[in-house]
Amino acid sequence: MRTVLVSDPSERLLSLEGVRKSYATGEGPVQVLAGVDMNLAPGESLALTGESGSGKSTLLHLAAGLDSADEGRIVVAGHDISQAGDTERARLRRGTVGLVFQQFNLIPSLDVAANLAFQARLAGRHDPEWQAELADALGLTACLHRYPEQLSGGQQQRVAIGRTLAARPRLVLADEPTGNLDEATGDAVMALFLRLVSQTGAGLLMVTHSTRLAGRLHGRLQLSAGRVA
Amino acid sequence: MRVALAALLSHWRRSPLQLAMLLLGLALATALWSGVQAINAEARASYAEAAATLGQDRLARITAQGPIPQETYVDLRRAGWRVSPVIEGRVRIDERRSLRLIGIEPLTLPAPAQQVEFGEGDALLPFLTAPGLIFAAPETLARMEGADLPPLREAQGIPPGTGLIDIGQAQRLLRMEGLVSHLLLDPDAPRPGELPEGLRLVPPDSESDVARLTDSFHLNLTAFGLLSFAVGLFIVHSAIGLAFEQRRPMFRTLRALGVTARTLTGLLLAELVLFALLAGVAGLALGYLVAALLLPDVAATLRGLYGAEVPGTLAFRPGWAAAGLGIALLGTLVSASQSLWRVAHLPLLAPAQPRAWAVASERALLRQAAAAAGLLILAGALLLWGRGVVAAFVLLAALLLGAALLLPVLLAGVLRLAQRAARGPIAQWFWADTRQQLPGLSLALMALLLALAANIGVGTMVSSFRLTFTGWLDQRLAFELYLSAPDQVTADRIADWLEPRAEAVLPIVRAETEVLGQPAQLYGMADHATYRENWPLLAEEPGVWDRLAGGDWALVNEQLARRERLAPGDPIRLPGWEGRIAAIYSDYGNPSAQVILGIDRFFALHPEAERRRYGIRVAPARAEALAEELRAAFDLPDETLIDQASLKGFSLQVFERTFAVTAALNVLTLGVAGLAMFASLMVLSGMRLPQLAPVWAMGLTKARLARLEMLRTLLLASGTLVAALPLGLALAWVLLAVVNVQAFGWRLPMHVFPLDWLTLGALALGAAALAAAVPVRRLARLRPADLLRVFANER
Ligand SMILES: Nc1ncnc2c1ncn2[C@@H]1O[C@H](COP(=O)(O)OP(=O)(O)OP(=O)(O)O)[C@@H](O)[C@H]1O
Ligand SMILES: [Mg+2]
Repeated sequence: MRTVLVSDPSERLLSLEGVRKSYATGEGPVQVLAGVDMNLAPGESLALTGESGSGKSTLLHLAAGLDSADEGRIVVAGHDISQAGDTERARLRRGTVGLVFQQFNLIPSLDVAANLAFQARLAGRHDPEWQAELADALGLTACLHRYPEQLSGGQQQRVAIGRTLAARPRLVLADEPTGNLDEATGDAVMALFLRLVSQTGAGLLMVTHSTRLAGRLHGRLQLSAGRVA
Repeated sequence: MRVALAALLSHWRRSPLQLAMLLLGLALATALWSGVQAINAEARASYAEAAATLGQDRLARITAQGPIPQETYVDLRRAGWRVSPVIEGRVRIDERRSLRLIGIEPLTLPAPAQQVEFGEGDALLPFLTAPGLIFAAPETLARMEGADLPPLREAQGIPPGTGLIDIGQAQRLLRMEGLVSHLLLDPDAPRPGELPEGLRLVPPDSESDVARLTDSFHLNLTAFGLLSFAVGLFIVHSAIGLAFEQRRPMFRTLRALGVTARTLTGLLLAELVLFALLAGVAGLALGYLVAALLLPDVAATLRGLYGAEVPGTLAFRPGWAAAGLGIALLGTLVSASQSLWRVAHLPLLAPAQPRAWAVASERALLRQAAAAAGLLILAGALLLWGRGVVAAFVLLAALLLGAALLLPVLLAGVLRLAQRAARGPIAQWFWADTRQQLPGLSLALMALLLALAANIGVGTMVSSFRLTFTGWLDQRLAFELYLSAPDQVTADRIADWLEPRAEAVLPIVRAETEVLGQPAQLYGMADHATYRENWPLLAEEPGVWDRLAGGDWALVNEQLARRERLAPGDPIRLPGWEGRIAAIYSDYGNPSAQVILGIDRFFALHPEAERRRYGIRVAPARAEALAEELRAAFDLPDETLIDQASLKGFSLQVFERTFAVTAALNVLTLGVAGLAMFASLMVLSGMRLPQLAPVWAMGLTKARLARLEMLRTLLLASGTLVAALPLGLALAWVLLAVVNVQAFGWRLPMHVFPLDWLTLGALALGAAALAAAVPVRRLARLRPADLLRVFANER
């Protein structure tokens, strides 16, 4: 099933065309993405599903400008990053994209408050009121001066979410943000995450294994055999 | 158990760099330590050999103020004394070589002094008859290649640089016909009556004077070896600590699988012993090499400073090797003790609350600050109340160690302030991250601090010494020519001859005396402008020279004044004379006490003293010509007349040689510290990815992160450099004002040389940059995939 909700290309926040990516391994190159096409509009939220090893994380990393594709076009907020250099991609990550990973999200040497503010300040969009609101909503007010390793997994993941949203990125990319948490905590954090994302009006592409979670989003992309089916 | 050991060792296969650092650190530490020990052992052995020459350690001697006339010897033999004559002196071969000759009479030589087997008479005859035969150690033979000497023959057990020869031949070569230096006497032999006037019986002496004199020099070397060893152990400690930390999960798994804490600790201990032995052997080989390279300089120093002969080549001593391995083992165990204790007490389950680095390191810093304060207080107490060389070295150790412990505390404080003052998010992260890196780097930084401080301290000491010493030489060596005539008659004739030709001819006369219960040298000084204008006084009464000439006042050297706490104006007493101290003068390079009296008073006390040595004043441009005339007129051998320039040159050469060794050790220590830095940075870089990946993902380029990493290293090194400066100066001060006074009896003024610091600073930053270059390059070259793996599910 191919999902294209928005037809006006100028309205596209993220678009991939014929993106290919392979990794070099001991037994030669392994094709992971074999011509992926997809689009995401502002305010839209899409779930990315597929078997383990199908290339979901790879796709997300390419969209975030963390890695470069072998072939194809990737356009983020009007910028073609397929041919962009290191510096330009870093600028994109700083200004436009927000990332939430499964783990190792936080900067261990900074306390919670500094972690929350970090990306917003990098992007030049630091808003203390909004940050306080987020900290409150995420239940982090009590542990603002603790360090990441003094937090539980759920708390750490809430800080990661708060940090991403504090910067008000136009595109949020999340890779199984609650995969490391138990189901109850995961659900609570996820509900909060989705509510806050829609509050900022950002576009969201989220990798998940859970059909239940996928159902809560606007649409769903299924990766298999290196393509979006 | 075999399985467990294999599992433990598999760690090293996966991190060969860590293993290399561990072994290298240990090998270097062992090398520097045992290298210094090898040098010391070689020197001690040759002192002992020298002490045993001609059975000096078992035979009594009969000596006089100067040489003993041969007739006196004959008279004694006739009176029934079973004495044997010995003559000692040095012959100059050419510009660079000389040989110490010991002339003996083989037929009367007491049994303990039989150094050489003359065989079945086949050596005795050529030995006794002209041109004679010189017995010498193999290496002395090699050194005397092509010299204009009687035939040389190899013999064992003779100190280096010494030749054994028949007394008749020696008298001829030394131009001391009809004289002997002293007489040997078996202490158990009968003594038919009293010795004639002017002769003295000296009992056997097991420790040579040389050994006593050179003690402080060897103590200095040992201290340096110890410092290098400590710096090397810093590397070992951090490598072991890291390896244990990284294997913590494995330890837990092993324990959970039923390996007891005892077995586990035992296995780790076995592993460490294995490493220690491996590295120890490598270190010994390296140490032998270091010692062999340094020994020629050390030997030259000892020869020049103390007249001590040490061979330029190194013998291999099994005891030394065993001690080296022992110290490698001991060092390893000391470095590992903390880690081993932790493993033995490792809880089976990981603590519920992960160890928070901020809290933990804060607490560690507090403990460290307390230890540092304790050590610095100890250093202060020793400064106030300590006496003796050992106390001085303990003071040095406490000062260095205390300062090293204090360094991370200070750096952490500075970083905290910087973090607070930082505005931008990247700057804030940078400072916070640097603070987090600090515990991992602090050992390397401490090693760097010690190495830098040692460089500054010793450099300042050497340069101060050089400046003072050259100035002092200019003052002390005020005569253009120094003459020492072969005998009294020639001396008198020369003096008369010189009278119309030189501006002044002043006798240099000395005698042995005793002051405040210790042996001292007594000099007589003529009243002349040469002294009034040049003699280096440290403290004086007004009108010192008139007082000295008057005869009731004396000058004493600094060594004596410090040892006995004497000041100008204090009373002083010699056998047969009583007076007061007019002034104290500096007297470097001489460890013993000296007193100077006006020359008239001197001769009143010691009428027997010979006037064979003279200082000659002449217009500097005329000096060389006059020396030539003098040599020609009296057929004087070269060494009887020395000009000021070559005397100064020789003194300075001795000086430079002395400190060549120190400089070499300094460079080695700095190298080891650089290596420690490199090791720590490499090891840390492996754990950096989880810390850097989030920052990279949020929009910093790898290139920028790499630049920041480099900047961080340079900043920490600069901070260390800034801290090393006052520490180095404190070290220099202690060396000059405490260690020197305790070891040699004189104190040197301190001069600072800021230009040297700049060079050293550049060197240190260069070393730090070099140490950081490899890990930083690695970071800049990381593929995105490597960074992304951090975020993947498993890591
Ligand atoms: N750095 C890399 N080097 C080599 N192969 C890689 C690398 N990263 C990923 N792969 C391979 O690419 C394929 C896709 O990996 P990717 O992480 O994108 O899968 P995924 O869909 O996110 O899986 P999961 O649901 O388990 O997270 C896998 O076969 C993986 O082994
Ligand atoms: Mg994945």
